[in-house]
Amino acid sequence: MSLRPATAEPRWLRTLLLAVTLLFLAAFLVTPLVAVFTEALRKGAGAYFAGFHDPAVRAAIRLTLLTAVIAVPVNVVFGLAAAWAVAKFEFPGKSLLTTLIDLPLAVSPVVSGLIYVLVFGLNGWLGPWLKAHDLQVIFAVPGIVLATVFVTLPFVARELIPLMQEQGTEDEESALTLGASGWQTFWRVTLPNVRWALLYGVILCNARAMGEFGAVSVVSGHIRGKTNTVPLQVEILYNEYNFVAAFAVASLLAMLALVTLAAKSFIEWRMTSAPASPAVPGDPT
Amino acid sequence: MSITVENISKSYGTFQALRGVSLDIPDSKITALLGPSGSGKTTLLRIIAGLETPDDGSGPIRFHHEDVAGRRVQERRVGFVFQHYALFKHMTVFENVAFGLRVRPKHERPANEVIDRKVHELLGLVQLDGMAHRFPSQLSGGQRQRVALARALAVEPRVLLLDEPFGALDARVRKQLRAWLRRLHDEIAITTIFVTHDQDEALEVADRVVVMNEGRVEQAGAPEEVFHDPATEFVMNFLGHVNVFDGRIEDGKVTFASVQIEHPAAAESESGPARVFIRPHELSLHLLPRSDSLPATVTGIHAAGPAVRLTLAAEGEHTFSADISQDVYRALKVSVGGRFWVLPKDLRVFPGGGPDAGRL
Repeated sequence: MSLRPATAEPRWLRTLLLAVTLLFLAAFLVTPLVAVFTEALRKGAGAYFAGFHDPAVRAAIRLTLLTAVIAVPVNVVFGLAAAWAVAKFEFPGKSLLTTLIDLPLAVSPVVSGLIYVLVFGLNGWLGPWLKAHDLQVIFAVPGIVLATVFVTLPFVARELIPLMQEQGTEDEESALTLGASGWQTFWRVTLPNVRWALLYGVILCNARAMGEFGAVSVVSGHIRGKTNTVPLQVEILYNEYNFVAAFAVASLLAMLALVTLAAKSFIEWRMTSAPASPAVPGDPT
Repeated sequence: MSITVENISKSYGTFQALRGVSLDIPDSKITALLGPSGSGKTTLLRIIAGLETPDDGSGPIRFHHEDVAGRRVQERRVGFVFQHYALFKHMTVFENVAFGLRVRPKHERPANEVIDRKVHELLGLVQLDGMAHRFPSQLSGGQRQRVALARALAVEPRVLLLDEPFGALDARVRKQLRAWLRRLHDEIAITTIFVTHDQDEALEVADRVVVMNEGRVEQAGAPEEVFHDPATEFVMNFLGHVNVFDGRIEDGKVTFASVQIEHPAAAESESGPARVFIRPHELSLHLLPRSDSLPATVTGIHAAGPAVRLTLAAEGEHTFSADISQDVYRALKVSVGGRFWVLPKDLRVFPGGGPDAGRL
């Protein structure tokens, strides 16, 4: 009689669990991904690339890139500042701060968008003042950037806080006793210590910034060629029954997702295996 | 570079880590700050380094004659070695040691060849010359410790401060590294302060031992001085195992556990309660009674060591320990249940005492 380890499941159960997992992955992840590319290429490569000649599509791509170029650095600065404050100082209200940082993950993106309409909209708190100074936030690029910054705010901070808390302040103190200035300590010691976690946060933040729909949709106003980002443009094309163009543009977002996944896996591998940075990756959101 | 601190206090919220500490650290010697955890020894070390600020009202911190209390940590030129070394994980051993030279302002920064030579010289000094291109994660604990030391020495510090330098190492490596640090210091003779809770470490490595307790200095002196002539009950207790008896001083004699002995401390003191401290090696075993020895029964024997430690019970169930040599142990045929006369060869008497007079 062969004995099997107490924790090993019988063969049929293992097969079943694996089959269920694969089935769900196929149904909910792989099929849609394949569908996007199939639909986009249904009428051949010519029709696929024709979709990108539309000036409105080009404007949407430019706006999405612009939004990411602003939102990601803002996030890096905020994330580093918040993580530094939480990890290296003691102050009252610290746990409240860490809870607040997670807020954008907890609220529906539509609500995030509405908050900005409430504050900056024509009938909002700052509406009359903005109008008097001829500034437009809602239904314009600033509103889209603000909404994107809001929904992506936690990404970098959440990666850095646990890591920096674990690392403590000894490395920094050590650099100071060796004569390094505050800046030198930050650039040569603190930043290299968290570089992989930071990059991980940036990748996730970038994916969200480019792919955000709900919050941006509320503040955008859907002005073709002006305030549409890539996800919004996909929706418009789809609603106009322009399926090939819709899926062609959507395939850009799908490719972004694949690149993000690859980068994320690479960074996770670096974070766990690199001798220079033996820290564990943070919460894989 | 001698160091003098005067009336240094430090509190964290309601916890008072240091209570008006004044201390002289002699030039070019190794000084140990010895005490239990929470005694304030690490806080004092960090204040000397400039990593903590003492409370308002504290006195000066002098390096030689210069008051550095207002100076930032970068300006104090101290070499600080952290308990867990705090090596920069993303840099090689070479770059770790070179760090202090590379961060200097441009006009003070040595040329690359000079840095190169200096780093290799230091790595040679700490016996790690072949390891220059390794990362800290590829080194053993003892090697990391020595890299941290080389890194601290690279900036030519005026003083070397070590926080529990051997605390994170296993017992064997710790012993080797102690002896090595002592030899290294004899070579480079830099004023060194290290923090430890291990009395053996302090007594073996240091030229001068400062015993701290509850934010105060209990005693400062040469190792022999604090060991053989402890100023307080705390020092007596902290520096190795000691038997404590409650007794009385009467007519210039001290009485405890059924014996009465003449003692200079008793002759100088008023009559009253007293506490008697005797180290295990200060007791000897005899078969015949003497007026100044006490009868006791052997209740335990621990013979696996250079000396034999006996646990003995005197009258009134008072138990204590005695260390005897292996020769005496065999000659007297000591066994559990055997009765002997125990003679104190030396003892210390602290007037006062009783259970509420600072029992530890």
